[in-house]
Amino acid sequence: MNWLTNFVRPRISAWVKKDVPQNLWVKCPGCEAQIHHRELEENLQVCPHCGHHMRIDAAKRLALMFDEGRYDEVELPDVPQDPLKFRDLKRYSDRLKAAQASSGRKDAMIVARGTIKGTHAIVAAFDFSFMGGSMGTAVGEALVTAAKLAVMQECPLVVVPASGGARMQESILSLMQMPRTTIAVEMVKDKRLPYIVVLTDPTTGGVTASFAMLGDIHIAESGAMIGFAGARVIEETIREKLPEGFQRAEYLREHGMVDIVTTRHELPTVLGRLLDLLMRQRPPAEVVQLSTDKAARKAKPAG
Amino acid sequence: MQTFLEFEKPIAELEGRIRDLKSLDGTSAHDVSVSDEVRALEDKVHKLLRQTYAKLTPWQKVMVARHPSRPHCLDYIDQLIDDFVLLAGDRLYGEDEAVIGGLGRLNGRSVMVIGLEKGNDTASRVKHNFGMAKPEGYRKAQRLMRMADQFGLPIITLVDTAGAYPGIASEERGQAEAIAASIQTCLRVGVPIVSVILGEGGSGGAIAIATADQIIMLEHSVYSVISPEGCASILWRAGDKAQEAAQAMRLTAQDLKEMGVIDTIIDEPVGGAHRDVKSAIAAVGASISAAIDSLSGKDADKLKKQRRDKYLAMGRPAP
Repeated sequence: MNWLTNFVRPRISAWVKKDVPQNLWVKCPGCEAQIHHRELEENLQVCPHCGHHMRIDAAKRLALMFDEGRYDEVELPDVPQDPLKFRDLKRYSDRLKAAQASSGRKDAMIVARGTIKGTHAIVAAFDFSFMGGSMGTAVGEALVTAAKLAVMQECPLVVVPASGGARMQESILSLMQMPRTTIAVEMVKDKRLPYIVVLTDPTTGGVTASFAMLGDIHIAESGAMIGFAGARVIEETIREKLPEGFQRAEYLREHGMVDIVTTRHELPTVLGRLLDLLMRQRPPAEVVQLSTDKAARKAKPAG
Repeated sequence: MQTFLEFEKPIAELEGRIRDLKSLDGTSAHDVSVSDEVRALEDKVHKLLRQTYAKLTPWQKVMVARHPSRPHCLDYIDQLIDDFVLLAGDRLYGEDEAVIGGLGRLNGRSVMVIGLEKGNDTASRVKHNFGMAKPEGYRKAQRLMRMADQFGLPIITLVDTAGAYPGIASEERGQAEAIAASIQTCLRVGVPIVSVILGEGGSGGAIAIATADQIIMLEHSVYSVISPEGCASILWRAGDKAQEAAQAMRLTAQDLKEMGVIDTIIDEPVGGAHRDVKSAIAAVGASISAAIDSLSGKDADKLKKQRRDKYLAMGRPAP
C-alpha cells in the first residue's frame, strides 16, 4: 500500500499531467483579467480587455510582420562560442548549450526576408527567451549579416529589439558589439536604404545605446519598456521613486525619442505604409497620366 | 596625505617607518646610520612596489584604476596640451562638465581633445559629476568631433569614467540616443581618432568616445562592459563577488590587448601612475603623438574604412 501511494501514484499522476496543459488561463499583468490561452494566442498575445502587450517569441513576431506570415530565414554565420571561457555560477558554455537546446537556435537573433505589405524587406528580430535577448558576438554578427543582405538586395532593414542589453558573459566583446552594430547600420545608410527600428518590450542597455536609437524611423510597441539604465540602477543612484510610465513607449514619444507608438495589430500596416512611401517614390501623378508621344518628349528633360 | 590601497599595507608600513626616521634626521649624532637605514628601507619599498605591481590581480587593478590620486583628464591636458582653449555646450540643452572638450596643441600640432574628468576633491568631483556624463555631454562630444572633422584636426579622447550617468534626467533627454549617436560620429569622422583609457573605461559611457583608430591603455587601467560589482550582483547574485567577477571579465589592459580589442599598453611608473604623475603623463603624451603620426596623412575615406574593418574583425576568429 505504502509503495503504491508513495511511489506509483505520484509517477502515474506526473505522467498523466503531462498531457493536460497546465496554464489554460493566463493572468494579464496589466488588468489581472484571466484570459484563455487560445484567445490570447489569437489576439497576438495582447490582452483583449486592456490592450496590454505581452512578450512574443521571435518566430511569431516575424510571422505577424510579414505578408501571410511567410518568410525565409537567413542562415547566420558561426561565431566563436564562449571566447573568454567565462564562468559565473555556471559555465557560459553550459548556459549557451541549454539555451540552444531549448530554443533550437544558435543565438538570440533571427534574420529573415520576405515582403511587408508588398515591399521586400530584411527583418532582424531578437528572441528575448534566448538568454534575455542579450547581445554578444553572435547577435552583432547577425546584424552585420542582415545589413549586408539589405544592401545586396537593395531593400530596407527593419530591426526588432527585445533585449536586456549586453551579454555579460562575453564581457568586453559584448561592449564591442555597440560599434559593430552601428557599422551595420551605417552600411545601410550609406546606400540610402531605409533603416527602421521597431522597439518592443524590453529594449535596454547597450542595445538601446547603439543600433536601436539610430533608426531613420523609430516605431515602438504600446507600453514597451525602453531605456538605457535599468529602473533599479536609477532608483539606487538617485534614491527617488520613478515617475509613472517612466521608460515606457509613450514616455519616449513624449520626450522625442520615438516617432510612432503603435499596437501589435497595427504594426504591419504602419510599417508597410512607411516602407512603401520610402521605397516607391513615384513621380507626381500628372506625369504618370501623360501618355502621348509629345507629352513623353516634354517630360523627358525634367525626369 | 597619501592614500594606500588595501594590498599596499606592507608598503605603507615601510613608508611610515621611513617618515619616522626622516623626522629624527638631524636631531642626533647618528645621522649617518639613520640615512643608511632610510636608504635601505627605500630600496626595500621600491623592490616591494615593483614586485606587488608586477602581479596585480584584476581586482587590484580596478582599485589602482580608481585610485583618487591617479592623474585624471585635466592633469593630462595641463601637462600635454599647449594653448588649450576649453569649449563648452552642446548647443541643444546645456553644458556638461563631466566631459571636457577643447582645442589645443600637442607637440605643436593642433588637436581636438575630448575627455571624461572625475575630479580630485569633493568640490571638483561634484562639479564634474564624478566623471559620469549626461546626454548633453555626449552631444557636446559629437559637436566637437564634427568640428575637428571640418577643420581636419586629429581627435584625442581621454577616457576615465565609471559609466554614463544613470538618472531620470538622463533618460528623459535620451542617454541611449546620445551614446549611440556619439559612437556613430566616431565612425563618421575622416580624421584620426586616438583614444586613451586613463583609469576606468566604464561601458557605454566609455565606448561612446572610445570608438577609435588606435586605442591605448595605461598598464593598470581597466575597460569593461559593466563594473565588477555590477556583474557580480547580476551573474553571481552577490555584490561581494566582485573580485571573482573581475577575474572572469578579463578587463585588464593585458587581457584586452591579447583579445585584440586595444592596440597599445603604456607602462606605468613603479607603483602606478599616481606615484610619478609627471612621467606617467609624459609617456601617454609620447604614445598619443606616435599614434597620430602613424595615422596622419591618410585619406579620409581610407581612414574610415580601416576603422570600420578593424571593428568588424574584432572577436571573429582569424581567417
